[in-house]
Amino acid sequence: MTLEFSHFTAAVVFAACASTVFGITQRSTPRDMLRYGAYCFSLFVGGVIVAAWVMWLIKH
Amino acid sequence: MANAQNTAAAGNTASAGSMAIIAPLAGWLFPGLGHFIQRRWIRGLLLMLAVFIMFFCGIGMQGKVYGFNTGDLLDILGFIGDIGSGLLYFAARAMDWGAGNIQRAVADYGTKYIVVAGLLNIIAAVDAHQIAIGKKS
Repeated sequence: MTLEFSHFTAAVVFAACASTVFGITQRSTPRDMLRYGAYCFSLFVGGVIVAAWVMWLIKH
Repeated sequence: MANAQNTAAAGNTASAGSMAIIAPLAGWLFPGLGHFIQRRWIRGLLLMLAVFIMFFCGIGMQGKVYGFNTGDLLDILGFIGDIGSGLLYFAARAMDWGAGNIQRAVADYGTKYIVVAGLLNIIAAVDAHQIAIGKKS
């Protein structure tokens, strides 16, 4: 079994798993868990997109 | 009556005390088990899925599973992160998974996936301990 993830897919899978664990472990109520998990996920993915654009600007 | 209540309270305290040790150990050995034995079924299932997906995606990407070593600092830290996955780590070592592949760029992502799966499992085990001692519902 060999997985062929693109950079972005790998980052999104990583963000989804890490956000799930962060959400469950860092908050007490289900609603807060969901909100914090979504917040972490958006920060992970947003950070990837911002970093990608910064690297593009450095290259050009 | 008072004696019966005191005995019951002492029993509950002893049970909570043993759970404070058993839950994180179980959670470390098998992702999510620390929550399952405290009847947090959905949380345990989600934690188990998150750690399993990260670990097996890492293996699938031909990431490296670190063995015990006393060499480079990053290799030692990699081993500490990997062993956080508990039985998954020992299974991977026994099955000879995670030999690594330096010819594929994505294999390096896989190595990080496996390390982070272990670290996330340690966070989950600490959460199981917090639930057992009553700091978290």
